Amino acid sequence: MANYSTNEFKPGLKVMLDGDPCAILENEYVKPGKGQAFNRVKVRNLKTGRVNERTFKSGDTLEGADVMDRDMEYLYTDGEFWHFMATDGSFEQVGADEKAVGDAINWMKEQVVYTVTLFNGAPIAVTPPNFVELEVVETDPGVRGDTSGGGNKPAKLVTGAVVKVPLFINVGDVLKVDTRTSDYVGRV
Amino acid sequence: MNHWQPTASLSNLRQRARIIGRIREFFGARGVLEVETPTLSAAAVSDPHLLPFATDYLPEGGGQAQTLYLHTSPEYPMKRLLAAGSGCIWQLCRVYRNGESGRRHNPEFSMLEWYRVGFDHHRLMDEVDDLVDAVLGCGRSRRVTYAALFEQYLQVDIHSCTTDELARLGQKHCDFRGELDRDGWLNLLFSHCIEPRLHEPTMVYAFPASQAALARVVEADDRVPSAARFELFIQGMELANGYFELTDADEQAARFAADQQLRRGYQRPELPIDQHLIDALRQGLPECAGVALGVDRLVMLALGANSIDEVIAFPLGRA
Repeated sequence: MANYSTNEFKPGLKVMLDGDPCAILENEYVKPGKGQAFNRVKVRNLKTGRVNERTFKSGDTLEGADVMDRDMEYLYTDGEFWHFMATDGSFEQVGADEKAVGDAINWMKEQVVYTVTLFNGAPIAVTPPNFVELEVVETDPGVRGDTSGGGNKPAKLVTGAVVKVPLFINVGDVLKVDTRTSDYVGRV
Repeated sequence: MNHWQPTASLSNLRQRARIIGRIREFFGARGVLEVETPTLSAAAVSDPHLLPFATDYLPEGGGQAQTLYLHTSPEYPMKRLLAAGSGCIWQLCRVYRNGESGRRHNPEFSMLEWYRVGFDHHRLMDEVDDLVDAVLGCGRSRRVTYAALFEQYLQVDIHSCTTDELARLGQKHCDFRGELDRDGWLNLLFSHCIEPRLHEPTMVYAFPASQAALARVVEADDRVPSAARFELFIQGMELANGYFELTDADEQAARFAADQQLRRGYQRPELPIDQHLIDALRQGLPECAGVALGVDRLVMLALGANSIDEVIAFPLGRA
């Protein structure tokens, strides 16, 4: 991969930092009128999702990271790996481990298309679509006639995720959920 | 697509013009002489962290080309005017610094520089306050030494601590992994851990003697020799840098030589030093204090702008 210098650290650039692929989020040029120039850089570690700040001397370089986001359909899990297939007609398949699936494990549903982040061809992160539709498997019985949405109770979804729902929701209902906030959006 | 248009709104540009008018009134009322000095110079700035633009003068009809450097500040020729007996002078001009572009930097920017004969840095700090207050209405600045700020924000005594201790602080607070010299670590810590916290107008003075630049070295309040240099910070941003000016020609020549040495160390090109300035100092620079103030940043503060692009019509990307 090519090397990138601090002035090429644009948001979105993927670079190697401490052996991990990272995405540049922000890059601020810091230069006193008298003295050394620095770049204060905010990066997201693409393996852990953690955001860190690092400072470089202006002109320092980092190696680019071979990182690619691909749209892939979730097929099944064998308990150890979650298997995805490319939607571009290549039928290529990859298996993501629990670490790569991360929090997306709450929102996995067969035949739904996820963004799989590949590093040197291997999955390191899975991002669910903003909304998924999942069935309720456990919740207190619904309160008949209450469709106001006021008040709420926990409901367990087929994936194991628990979301707050209005009182009228019953086991077997399929809910639309916002995966970014875990918020109930509506009944399908 | 719309890249032909200015990045600054027209209303910001009108306010900018008004602020420049106020600056002109300020010096007019105080009887300070407005001057102009060349932007193209045969000699270059010595500061090892500044990269001047270079261009060539080509005599029409042929002959020897001459490399000229765009000034990074009008300091050297203004001091030559002072040595020639100009008295107090001021200048508002465009200056050029290669490679500097960011939220608060543009490679060409407007600098206000002035010199007061008979002033020391403390008296000049008062006048900087007056000027900034005339534009921002922010009142008088707090005065604090460079060392006191390190005590306050990093609990370290910069007079007694080792360079390794500074390096550890830099690694801890800034997650910086490279190598720096002592002033490099001080700069890193100051710009990352202290400067962003200087919200209220703050005049920092008594810089380390190693960062004197063109200031004289004096004993400060704590009896440690330090640079008679000050910087003004407002809302976490450096706005002005001033000196009780060095008048000793031999000392100036020695500092130029030391800067050249540093340039070699940083693998930066060696540039011609300004012999005219040395000669002027040898003739005799009157006791004076001088300061340079970033006008674009002053306008940013007046307008509450977050980026320099909001106060200049065509920054680098649209130049």
